[in-house]
Amino acid sequence: MTHSTGSVSACLPIHSDLDLVRVRQHVRQMTAHLGFGLVEQTKLVTAASELARNALVHGGGGQMECAPVTTGGIRGLRLVFSDQGPGIADLEQALSDGYTSGEGLGMGLGGARRLVHEFSIDSRRGVGTTVAVTSWISGPPRPREAH
Amino acid sequence: MPEQQAAEHQSNPAEEVGAFLRERREQIAQRWADAALLRTVFTVSRDEAVEAARTVVEALAAVAASGRVADSEADGFAVVREQLARTAQSRARAGAGIAQISAEMDALRPPVTDLLLDELSDAPAEHLRECTTALTVLMGTLRLVMLETTMNAGQDLINRQRLELLEIATPVIKLWEGIVAVPLIGTLDSARSQVVMEILLDAVVEQHARFAILDITGVPTVDSLVAQHLMKTVAAARLMGAECIVSGIRPAIAQTIVHLGIDLSSVLTRASLADALAYALQEQGDHIVPNPASAVEPR
Amino acid sequence: MTAASTFPYEGHVPVLRLGGVLLVTLQGDLYDSTAEQLRQDIGETASDSAVTGVVIDLSGVEIVDSFMGRVLSDVAAMTRLLAAQTVVAGMRPAVAITLVELGLTLPGLRTALSTEDAMRQLGDEGSVLPRAGRPHRERP
Repeated sequence: MTHSTGSVSACLPIHSDLDLVRVRQHVRQMTAHLGFGLVEQTKLVTAASELARNALVHGGGGQMECAPVTTGGIRGLRLVFSDQGPGIADLEQALSDGYTSGEGLGMGLGGARRLVHEFSIDSRRGVGTTVAVTSWISGPPRPREAH
Repeated sequence: MPEQQAAEHQSNPAEEVGAFLRERREQIAQRWADAALLRTVFTVSRDEAVEAARTVVEALAAVAASGRVADSEADGFAVVREQLARTAQSRARAGAGIAQISAEMDALRPPVTDLLLDELSDAPAEHLRECTTALTVLMGTLRLVMLETTMNAGQDLINRQRLELLEIATPVIKLWEGIVAVPLIGTLDSARSQVVMEILLDAVVEQHARFAILDITGVPTVDSLVAQHLMKTVAAARLMGAECIVSGIRPAIAQTIVHLGIDLSSVLTRASLADALAYALQEQGDHIVPNPASAVEPR
Repeated sequence: MTAASTFPYEGHVPVLRLGGVLLVTLQGDLYDSTAEQLRQDIGETASDSAVTGVVIDLSGVEIVDSFMGRVLSDVAAMTRLLAAQTVVAGMRPAVAITLVELGLTLPGLRTALSTEDAMRQLGDEGSVLPRAGRPHRERP
């Protein structure tokens, strides 16, 4: 259903906090270019920052792929963060940390999930972690009754 | 001789229709300009109608040349999509329904078919049939493109209007220097709550308001999702340095809130908009002093 | 947290001192290391002298993520130990909404609409006047 329009996709490395700034700037430009509202822009940029830092701090660095997507005439942006780190031992826990800043640094997985429309994660011990997120422009009716 | 001619015509009916359209572009455009569809849209200038028709004929020729006469996604149609949508919108505004627009579109076909029949009057019957079929299919596809575009445009319009309606239904009122209020009327769903939150916070910045009052007197029900949005709005306002007060929680809603076990203790509430305003004024250090004249009167 | 100090960029955000108040104006996108450095700088300056308040102006900041949010909370907690107040001023609506959605409501942090308001808040604190009933007018 969802297909990448492919034309302006990009791949950014994540190996330093300089790269985190680049990731944020790139996502900001892409969302602005696609016509996201200011709040949606800020949410996706923030989610990207959390996930990129996660890849950097817990995955020992990685990359972000960024591609515009469309489904049923609605445009969106899809970001895929991948690292070859140790993987996440307890996904449930990593995602549920949520509402307190508690351990804080880099563990913004639960927070990032609340900032985007679609979120999926694949983590294997010793292989690495891949997180894919998508947000749509002023969103299709969100099938997100409760969280 | 039949063999030779057959070989020559065997080329490809679609391509031949394409060549025909290109050659007779001017003639077709002139005829279309007098058709109901274009005549009613371009009422001011016939030249504009001819120009518009010319563009469509060119697009059709390009599609035919690419051999994709039955494909509404063919690249050739891309250039005329917007024009077709405008034409259809214009007809729709004039009161034409989808069926009528479709019929008017269909009426563009006979003039072209007639020209084609003239052009190919010497060709073998078999070939003639193939060419007219290709043309008919092509015109059918054009009609499909137009209807598709019209319906998408309609959907866009609905979406835009829905958003506008949300904004109209959410007025921001400046009650006092540094105090704004948003009275909400009607059902709050997740999408509207989001819009309300943004409007309220933008008003806080614009009006430099230390107090923002969200009055929900006109809201029939509050469920846990809406309550959650209220709490988020309050939290976001606080981060910006403003205080958000929720007023007008009717007894029935208060009961529901308690019943659902929603904890609104983090939210500052007041029974009425007036109470909320009084609170904000007092916090701000502004006092409303009763008029001395009326205070003295009873004596 | 990373070996970021090897990168060539300005590592310090200027910390201005106005009377007993430190004023920090953040602009644009901050490197993690710059934010870390700022936390340290504020800590040192605040302990150095008779500082009663810290104002962090966020009006030029387009995004605050959990890392930056953490830095802000840390600064507030730290200055509180040094008997000073931290006020975050001018946060943009989109940033505030995002922070709340992220789950960071920064409960210990004081906030103000603008640096002027923040200064006034800190000024009032120092005076003996009660909070309510003070003559307070906005600029025209």
